Amino acid sequence: MRSLLVHLKNYKKESVCAPLFKMLEALFELFVPLVMAAVIDVGIAQKDRPYIIKMCFVLVALGLIGLVCSITAQYFAAKAASGFGTGVRHALFEHIQKFTFSEMDTIGSSTLITRMTSDINQVQSGVNLVLRLFLRSPFIVFGAMIMAFTVDVKAALIFVVTIPVLSVIVFGIMLITMPLYKKVQADLDNVLLMTRENLTGVRVIRAFNKEKDERRRFEEGNQILTDAQKFVGRISGLMNPLTYAVVNGAIIVLIYAGAIRVNVGDLSQGEVVALINYMSQILTELVKLANLIITVTKAIACGNRIGAVLEIRPDMESGNLKWEDAEKGEKRFAPAVEFDQVSLRYKGAAADSLSGISFRAERGQTIGIIGGTGSGKSSLVNMIPRFYDAASGTVKICGRDIREYDIDDLRSHVGMVLQKAVLFKGTIAENIRWGKEDATDDEIMEALEISQAKEFVDTKEGGTDFLIEQGGRNLSGGQKQRLTIARALVRKPEILILDDSASALDFATDAKLRGAIRGMKENPTVFIVSQRASSIQYADQIIVLDDGQMAGIGTHDELLENCPAYQEIYYSQFPKEAASNE
Amino acid sequence: MSNDKNMTTDKKPSQADTLKEVMHHLGRYRIFLVFSVLLAAVSVALTLYIPKLTGNAVDYIVSKGNVDFPGVFRVMLQIGICTLITALAQWLMNVCNNKMTYQVVRDIRNEAFRKIEILPLKYIDGHPYGDVVSRVIADVDQFADGLLMGFTQLFTGVATIMGTFGFMLSVNVKITFVVVLITPVSFVVANFIAKRTFDMFRLQSETRGEQTGLIDEMIGNQKVVQAFGRGKDVTARFDEINERLRDASLRATFFSSITNPSTRFVNSLVYTGVGITGAFAVVGGSLTVGQLSSFLSYANQYTKPFNEISGVVTEFQNAVACARRIFDLIAEEPQTPETENAVDMKEIKGNVKAEDVSFSYTPEQKLIEHFNLTVKPGQRIAIVGPTGCGKTTLINLLMRFYDVDEGSIKVEDVDIREMTRRSLRAGYGMVLQDTWLKTGTIRDNITMGRPDATDEEVIAAAKASHIHSFIMRLPKGYDTWITEDGGGISQGQKQLLCIARVMLCRPPMLILDEATSSIDTRTEIKIQNAFAKLMEGRTTFIVAHRLSTIREADLILVMKDGKIIEQGNHAELLEQNGFYRYLYESQFSQATTA
Repeated sequence: MRSLLVHLKNYKKESVCAPLFKMLEALFELFVPLVMAAVIDVGIAQKDRPYIIKMCFVLVALGLIGLVCSITAQYFAAKAASGFGTGVRHALFEHIQKFTFSEMDTIGSSTLITRMTSDINQVQSGVNLVLRLFLRSPFIVFGAMIMAFTVDVKAALIFVVTIPVLSVIVFGIMLITMPLYKKVQADLDNVLLMTRENLTGVRVIRAFNKEKDERRRFEEGNQILTDAQKFVGRISGLMNPLTYAVVNGAIIVLIYAGAIRVNVGDLSQGEVVALINYMSQILTELVKLANLIITVTKAIACGNRIGAVLEIRPDMESGNLKWEDAEKGEKRFAPAVEFDQVSLRYKGAAADSLSGISFRAERGQTIGIIGGTGSGKSSLVNMIPRFYDAASGTVKICGRDIREYDIDDLRSHVGMVLQKAVLFKGTIAENIRWGKEDATDDEIMEALEISQAKEFVDTKEGGTDFLIEQGGRNLSGGQKQRLTIARALVRKPEILILDDSASALDFATDAKLRGAIRGMKENPTVFIVSQRASSIQYADQIIVLDDGQMAGIGTHDELLENCPAYQEIYYSQFPKEAASNE
Repeated sequence: MSNDKNMTTDKKPSQADTLKEVMHHLGRYRIFLVFSVLLAAVSVALTLYIPKLTGNAVDYIVSKGNVDFPGVFRVMLQIGICTLITALAQWLMNVCNNKMTYQVVRDIRNEAFRKIEILPLKYIDGHPYGDVVSRVIADVDQFADGLLMGFTQLFTGVATIMGTFGFMLSVNVKITFVVVLITPVSFVVANFIAKRTFDMFRLQSETRGEQTGLIDEMIGNQKVVQAFGRGKDVTARFDEINERLRDASLRATFFSSITNPSTRFVNSLVYTGVGITGAFAVVGGSLTVGQLSSFLSYANQYTKPFNEISGVVTEFQNAVACARRIFDLIAEEPQTPETENAVDMKEIKGNVKAEDVSFSYTPEQKLIEHFNLTVKPGQRIAIVGPTGCGKTTLINLLMRFYDVDEGSIKVEDVDIREMTRRSLRAGYGMVLQDTWLKTGTIRDNITMGRPDATDEEVIAAAKASHIHSFIMRLPKGYDTWITEDGGGISQGQKQLLCIARVMLCRPPMLILDEATSSIDTRTEIKIQNAFAKLMEGRTTFIVAHRLSTIREADLILVMKDGKIIEQGNHAELLEQNGFYRYLYESQFSQATTA
């Protein structure tokens, strides 16, 4: 929570002024019982009507000043709180952007979404209330005590005892409920997860007629949430009755003490009324506080959840080597990508996903990567843009250790097409410009042409201005894949990685695509991950992976000769007789 | 969208309508409502009685040597008892309100979820997930806060107003009038502000929804954002919305929070009014000082609820704006309900017939037109064609995810619109290209179609799908928990799990949409054998690119641009020398020109 408070620093003036004006308002409120006491003791006792009227004007003036102060305070508080919320949202969003793949794998996106939305909203209203009340309330409480001292020191000692007791109740309940609110938020996460899942998986759920089960599961999770909310509500609901009892107890003592001290002549009747008024004022303030303390406690619990995300330090440090600098010097002719005894282990995994990977990819070469499901093909190519770091061994790009590079700069020279074709809401052109922000229309057309997307883009209404819905739902799988390829191509990458990204394309289109990429004048180093032998068989080198290890490397002909794993893959797709017919 | 019609005739359902719906949801918890009101009455009555007692006590303490101690003690005891009862009543009331609020909220969430389960796919495909999620989560949360505050403060507020009014009357009628005359001013003020802030709250809520949509899209696909180093641009877009949200939220928060100080000022006027008239009354002898003291306290307590109620009103407005969004979702038109005499298909053999079917997602773009097809049990229908030719659309229609525009699809000669969705879909086993696993264990995912399957059956299905040995290598085997992003499990392995899912329930008809696109060919061949066994006697629809996998189909439908341009078996189609032959040759020329 504390780490969040820095976001108030741009609103120093507001954060100081809001409570300050609130305090001013409270101060004027504290004078009210004194004025009333004067009315009783002077005005009434001496039957001085003009004095009474004068005092009443004083009361109205106090109210008016209070109004001005209060509105000013509310404005500053609202400004600070909404600015604070905006700042935290920005910081959290930006921070999440820095998360590495392995962090996203372990954290999961739905909890991040609740934290970005519901949690921050809670914290924002919490800040607003704290600025408005958390200073005002103690101020009134202690102010009332001090005023009581000005009336009568001995009677004021009752205040001195009462206030700590009240603080124990207020803060005790806060401390107890805080972890409980945290649990409520976690249960809410779960409800959110189920809601999301039922939207993203709607086809499968309906195909398997699981609607009823899902409903039951949701209702169970929802019930757990409700129970947690009710439980914490019951405890925080104690605050009001308890403080009420304590304050009234204090009033009883006050009456008793007042009776004795008036009887001996140390105190006047009006002063007793003033003392009781001050005690009542404490009560009024606490009632207000209790209603808001729930919000604040929740806000702190939520704030801690946000803080927890902000505390996650990305487990990868960027170097500062720029691509152009690496290009200078004698390393200019170093291989584009070089793996030296590289192994990779995912966070929390029991075994290495890749081990002992070594190869050199010269500039302009096409490298095919083939292997069984789960053999580590994607893991391997994901290491080239440094989505994951090697557990041992080194990955070199253009002769320099990948860890020396500035990550953003490195990635801007790599065109990556991920296995899962993801597009965003927006026009086709906007989506392609993800690859290169300032791409001209010609560049976009060129990328679309190479990726074989042009033919269907042309048939879409508006061409490249065709609006893609969220998640690319109004496109077919193959169309999405080709657009994601175009997106990677538009930046004219030095290294192009196609991670099984043509799986939804028919063979004819796939072949045309590969031909077009080979024909690119920039001559990028290309990595093609595929299940299809036909997609990679013309590669300069083919890496055959089997269970995270290299089962062979070489050209198609070499492998067909001496790599049993490759033979098996190849002949499973092209039965011997078909191949030997030629 | 389907709600367009309602939207145009009645663009913004009024607050009153929303409130009516809220009250409707409260109906079930009437008993708690009654209790809450009663307890509020008790606690308020006693809370109000105490100042009167204090006033009595003050009157017993007149001046030096003039203190009635027995009287003071009696009053002290009375105050003590009242305090204890009040505290208890307050707590019980809190418990009731809590229960009521959270259960209503639970009901609303359940209802929303139930609606999600029966929404037409058209709605789900056409709305950002994040927006729907934000309604079910954030909006309902805001609504709960508002409702709870409403209950706790509204009842006590109203009771306090009525109670203090009575007490004041009992003390002095004239001064009571002063109070009653001035107080409504604060109501007018509060109302004035509240009316103007409702729209601000709605704007805030809408901007939040927009932002959630972006967050959902970008954080859900953070890996792509990273791969393209677009963090900064995405953040810039986020910031743009964020700035708007800041303004909206500043306006909503500030303008609504003016209410409180304004009404408080009115209250201080009331207080002054009581002070002046009361003081004159004491001077005139018609009032005691003690009475004035309790009267002042009443005046304070009388006006405070107006103050609070106005605070509640703003909170409530926010709540109502949120409630509107969630009720809109609940009121969304569900998929065409099943007719009452919908047939529960007991025995599906696998006869599928499409008669003159036409369909399109949007009226402007015709997709499938006058499509006819007859499939006998056990037949294998392959659908091929270039990407984006409408293969998946056909599946949407077969599974009745979408309804046909014209013509009809029949299973066992019954129009699928005249049978229960459940029995139709239970007849199909579906493996999609877009693998989707739910959060849960591996076992949960495999047994989706048959939750009662034994461990042996699950293992057999996993073995047939060649995923068993992979599962066994996972830390907890079949009990390994899969997270939403399925971290650590590759696309291919996910697909194998989806296949195991279908292998386990063995339905009479199969739909395989690129079911093996992410699986390596070695494994695929093994799975093909298993599939072949599974397909025996089962009607199968296969969408595939690998022509090798469809060569043996009984009927091949060649689709292009949403239309079926050729149909027949492999040999026939090759002979036709058309598009199929072109596709076929382009695929094999690859292998042979090496």
